[in-house]
Amino acid sequence: MTIVHSAPKFASNEGVRDALTAALGDIVVSSKEEHGEIVITVKRDEIENALKLLRDDHEYQQLMEIAGVDYPDRAERFEVVYMLLSLTKNHRIMVKVNTDEAKPVPTVTTLWPNAGWLEREVFDLYGVTYAGNPDLRRILTDYGFEGHPFRKDFPLTGYTELRYSEEEKRVVYEPVELAQDLRQFDFLSPWEGSDYVLPGDEKAQEEGKK
Amino acid sequence: MSNMQLEQSPTTGDEVITNYTINFGPQHPAAHGVLRMVMELDGEVIERIDPHVGLLHRGTEKLIENKTYLQALPYFDRLDYVSPLCQEHSYVLAIEKLLNLEVPERAQYLRVLFAELTRISNHMLNMGAHILDVGAFTPNLWIMDLREDCMNFFERASGARMHSAWFRPGGVHQDVPEKLLVDIGEWLDGRFFPLFEDAMSLIMDNRIFKQRNVDIAVVSREDAIAWGFSGPMIRAAGIPWDLRKSQPYDVYDRMEFDIPVGTNSDCYDRFMVRVKEIYESAKIIKQCLRDMPEGPVASGDGKVSPPKRGEMKQSMEALIHHFKLYTEGFHVPAGEVYVATESPKGEFGVYLVSDGTNKPYRCKIRPTAFSHLQAMDMMSKGHMLPDATAILGAIDVVFGECDR
Repeated sequence: MTIVHSAPKFASNEGVRDALTAALGDIVVSSKEEHGEIVITVKRDEIENALKLLRDDHEYQQLMEIAGVDYPDRAERFEVVYMLLSLTKNHRIMVKVNTDEAKPVPTVTTLWPNAGWLEREVFDLYGVTYAGNPDLRRILTDYGFEGHPFRKDFPLTGYTELRYSEEEKRVVYEPVELAQDLRQFDFLSPWEGSDYVLPGDEKAQEEGKK
Repeated sequence: MSNMQLEQSPTTGDEVITNYTINFGPQHPAAHGVLRMVMELDGEVIERIDPHVGLLHRGTEKLIENKTYLQALPYFDRLDYVSPLCQEHSYVLAIEKLLNLEVPERAQYLRVLFAELTRISNHMLNMGAHILDVGAFTPNLWIMDLREDCMNFFERASGARMHSAWFRPGGVHQDVPEKLLVDIGEWLDGRFFPLFEDAMSLIMDNRIFKQRNVDIAVVSREDAIAWGFSGPMIRAAGIPWDLRKSQPYDVYDRMEFDIPVGTNSDCYDRFMVRVKEIYESAKIIKQCLRDMPEGPVASGDGKVSPPKRGEMKQSMEALIHHFKLYTEGFHVPAGEVYVATESPKGEFGVYLVSDGTNKPYRCKIRPTAFSHLQAMDMMSKGHMLPDATAILGAIDVVFGECDR
């Protein structure tokens, strides 16, 4: 596929994936190269070693970001994605691990000091725990917040709302009460690959089966 | 009376003062927004800083997951509300990378032009605020006036002063009037530089300004890399790293400009890097104005860019495209990309995961301020309390973006 987009162009990916997977050896679970991005999934318990190897031997000096992603259908529902940047090779790669609510991911604060807040953020929003992070507090949500709001099963409206109470002279938390239900429109075209049953069509399908 | 007396504090006598903790913010004019810093002080010397962020957390990333790609775009204006167009830039480029969508040349030039104009307007606010934080008043008033001019240009291009939503996947929303481009060119030389240079002449060699900034928060090259610094913060440390140069997007690879770097990596250098960057931005703007070709400003792909109003009156296909785009939106092929651009504050990245539908499955935003603010403790240790405002001003932090 020829590249026609004008997104940032970093150094060529050619051969990088093979070289890195070979260097990481059996730590690698899988790797892929799509849309010009190299993604390497590694074993969860080995993430620290993998990133240390990439940083020290392959010049990926900077950890730019740690992102959590939630896939509720999977056995290990969370993905933690580490974005690495090489200033000398002018190249970017992503390294991933899979985990779930119970299994902690080894911290990488030992390698990069800025991993502290990034891990705190993933912990706060997804509930992924990090073994060895010395300061795993919530960071973005309110003091005393409960739950992990970016999980796919956390409602967009949340569970509590707050207001200033004139009687109590303080901010009070109350369960969310919406005057009108939050409207979620489904604009996906029924002609293009949606496999849900349109309201009113249930009967037609049942009759079709008979 | 002998002079051989033990040194005593004039106010406390023999009493021993232990470290004490104060709250800096969340409502402090020098905190640049809602930042709460729990500071442990020994007298007036900072021992430890624990920044508490998230007071402006609005769950933008979660909201984006519930919107179509186009509906999610205006959220990016509201992240770093000081440089809205540069945030949009990362997002539209991420979508275009997934779609592998070609953007017409004129649109690429327009984007670069307005991204640089945004950089100027961002630096105007940051430098003004930084100067104000360390005690000077006048320059801020002058350069805020210049920021106001930038806002007027954004308004003339998009209809909105701040929340433009003008960059769109596949190009920009509307072409600009010819007169606007002429005016930007005239403004740069006729009004901007005289006033800007006047303001800077008050500051750059000012004794008080230097006393407040030189040798404050010196960060070594190694630390700057390890802490994930980017933008003016890493350039002030002497590392010539600029994504516009090293990983060019749109037409930056055709632009000629230099990367200003610092030598001392202190707050003064960070300030001066921004001053010099403005000259480079002006260079880029002039090159854009000179080289900008005529032509369309949005991709011709009807599945992504909406049709013109006139076309819709004549063509059934255009009408269908319009209806589909503004109800269902466009579908983006499944996959994941991380696209980072050089926003005025540093590397602003978007990690976009698509599952092939019309809504992003996950849109992680990499704010520039997160890594910088995290290093606040490291940078401020051993400095005096009033230095904290200078350090904060030189970071250039905006909480809309930091907290998302």
